Amino acid sequence: MAEHIIELKGVTKYFGENLIIDNVSFYVNKGEFITFLGPSGCGKTTTLRMIAGFELPTSGQILLSGKDISALPPNKRPVNTVFQRYALFPHFNVFENIAFGLKCKRVINTYRNDKGEEYTKKEKLTKKEIAEKVKKALEIVDLEGFEKRSISTLSGGQQQRVAIARAIVNEPEILLLDEPLGALDLKMRKEMQIELKKMHDRLGITFIYVTHDQEEALTMSDTIVVMSDGVVQQIGTPTKIYNEPANTFVADFIGESNIFSGTVVGKKKVKFCGKTFDCVDDFDVNELVDIVVRPEDVKMVSPEEGTLKGEVISVVFKGIHYEITVQVGKYEVVIQSTESREVGEKIGLNVAPDGIHLMKPKYTTNVFDGVITKHNTVEFANGEFECDVTQLYPGSYIDEEEYLITKEGEKIDLTGTEVRVEVGLYDISISDDEDAGGTTGHIISIIYKGDHYRVIVRTGDSDEDEDFVFATEDLWNENDYVSVIIPKEKIKLSLKPKAKEDQE
Amino acid sequence: MKLPRFSRKTLCIPYAVFLVFFVIIPMCVIIFYAFTDRDMHFSFSNFLQFFSDPTKLSTIVYSIVISLITTVICLVIAYPVALILARSKLKKKFVILMLFVLPMWINFVLRVNALRELFNLLSQAEALAWLESANIFKTIVGMVYDFLPFMILPLYTTMLKIDDSLYEASADLGGNAFTTFFRITLPLSMPGIMSGVTMVFLPSMTNYVVSDMLGNAKVTIIGKFISDYFGNDWHMGSMIALVLLIIVFASTLLSGGLNSDENVRGTNL
Repeated sequence: MAEHIIELKGVTKYFGENLIIDNVSFYVNKGEFITFLGPSGCGKTTTLRMIAGFELPTSGQILLSGKDISALPPNKRPVNTVFQRYALFPHFNVFENIAFGLKCKRVINTYRNDKGEEYTKKEKLTKKEIAEKVKKALEIVDLEGFEKRSISTLSGGQQQRVAIARAIVNEPEILLLDEPLGALDLKMRKEMQIELKKMHDRLGITFIYVTHDQEEALTMSDTIVVMSDGVVQQIGTPTKIYNEPANTFVADFIGESNIFSGTVVGKKKVKFCGKTFDCVDDFDVNELVDIVVRPEDVKMVSPEEGTLKGEVISVVFKGIHYEITVQVGKYEVVIQSTESREVGEKIGLNVAPDGIHLMKPKYTTNVFDGVITKHNTVEFANGEFECDVTQLYPGSYIDEEEYLITKEGEKIDLTGTEVRVEVGLYDISISDDEDAGGTTGHIISIIYKGDHYRVIVRTGDSDEDEDFVFATEDLWNENDYVSVIIPKEKIKLSLKPKAKEDQE
Repeated sequence: MKLPRFSRKTLCIPYAVFLVFFVIIPMCVIIFYAFTDRDMHFSFSNFLQFFSDPTKLSTIVYSIVISLITTVICLVIAYPVALILARSKLKKKFVILMLFVLPMWINFVLRVNALRELFNLLSQAEALAWLESANIFKTIVGMVYDFLPFMILPLYTTMLKIDDSLYEASADLGGNAFTTFFRITLPLSMPGIMSGVTMVFLPSMTNYVVSDMLGNAKVTIIGKFISDYFGNDWHMGSMIALVLLIIVFASTLLSGGLNSDENVRGTNL
């Protein structure tokens, strides 16, 4: 087993009231090229900054080769960072920038005195040693002879190389790279990706790389850590993450994908888009599942041979392949193929069993904690909804004074009763009229699932936010401000165990 | 009919008029007076007299020393304040900055007057009776009080422009607080120091209102000297003014030259 050079144990980070990193644990093997991948604001940079020492975790431990370094300041950690916007010192030239770390360094040299006893001394590196190391670092990044150049005369790509040289010259145990290629143009970025990868192979030190670019992550990494909302979604090799995404978020974020909702109908048989397919994942029969099919795994055949039949509705040339969208009943399927088809053509579609990936759905219903108010409405998720409280007590009804009368004729005032509120995925709708629903919030995620969108609306402030997950056929935009509408009869209430006891 | 073309250059006219009447002509008059004697004949006598008169030379040295002390005190007070303010993440730091700058908005003579009354009041107390005759001390306190904002502002704006990631990079590369300050913070705030020093040093050489009011007219700085001469000897007065101008010009050139050499970002206010 490889040595764990860095290990995070239950690391949590708050900025003020905001939870940025939520109980994250993982380890990094020595010599590995590991990438933190996720959309902006997912906490990947904060995680990196905690490893560098710029931020301290609110709780949890960061272990370096088994030693807890959580509280060490950055200058005491054997890690170096390549910053997002390089952070080169503008008043130094290239040589002075790269030599900065070496000049701060003290090495322990062993000497022998007259009597032959050994003694050690902490010493600075000599000028000659520094010059040699700088020269070597510049060779590694292909900038020989740039020592005397001032930073402002360098291009973005050259500054990038200086930033890398400045970090690796210190021979750190771990090199941290915070979206280092973000400011470069596409061609430059591709070249640097390959060079970084080569550099990693040559230097043999551990690289921790942060990016939001999934292609970059797939190209360069040995291991990818997919993050979202301060939580690790999946850790694995690029192949594993691409072929076997752990959930719809990962599937949607990495590469193109068709995501469907379906049901397991038999042993290794799954039904979606109205047809039954063979698959390789073994789930319990009748279980609801999310299904991911990569566009390149959909094969186009003649209408008679295809399990699915549909009509081509769009064809887009993408350079290496065509992206073809096919309407299958009410579902849309995206296909990538080197062959083209005509718009309007009727075709059949097949998916091989190993092209169908099943996942346990993250959301099947929405569950909230709620409280019954004076007027027999229920308060939850930062809003107030009308509901049918009689369902809490079978056979009960509401009298004229708005009291609940149970089957036995007992009068109960429900005000303040804590309840569990359950709302199904298909029972929620949203409106851009703010007063139309019981609560309001912003759309934080939209994932297309073939025939509908899976939308998540987040209500309330950051410290007490609640998410609604539901399916809709309408397309909304992320960040839209909407109100959430739930029909009275679709709100399922149940008494919490404690509340039940009190009532009895 | 062709309308007269209104070009952007036309907008310069008001300033050009101002420049001619209030800068160029007075300047010529000063040079003229400096190099003529009482009979309006060309002469170097003022020049020679100035540099052979020990009182005049010592007044210049004396002014420079007082200005230097003022500048150093201002810098020592302003630097940490500006640094803390620029680096703090306080949302209200603008308010704190305003508190330092606010006195600038109150009439200068009023403030100096108030300070004098305060000193008078304090010197009533037996323990502080020495204040009565501590003219130089009072002058310097007055100048520091007056010119401190001019030191804080350029320092603050320069430090604000230093990217936080540079401090992080220094720490990341193994630099401790000491290294980071002397190798990153100080050199990068140099433009601010330079403009702050210029903005405090030069006025405190010539601003004799403070020395007059707080120093019981016992502290004679160069500005006071010039104004005294203009009472009866315009020729000598002009010569001293010209010498002062050259000193000011030389020192500006010196600090300006340093700025462009150092390839640093920052502003010169």
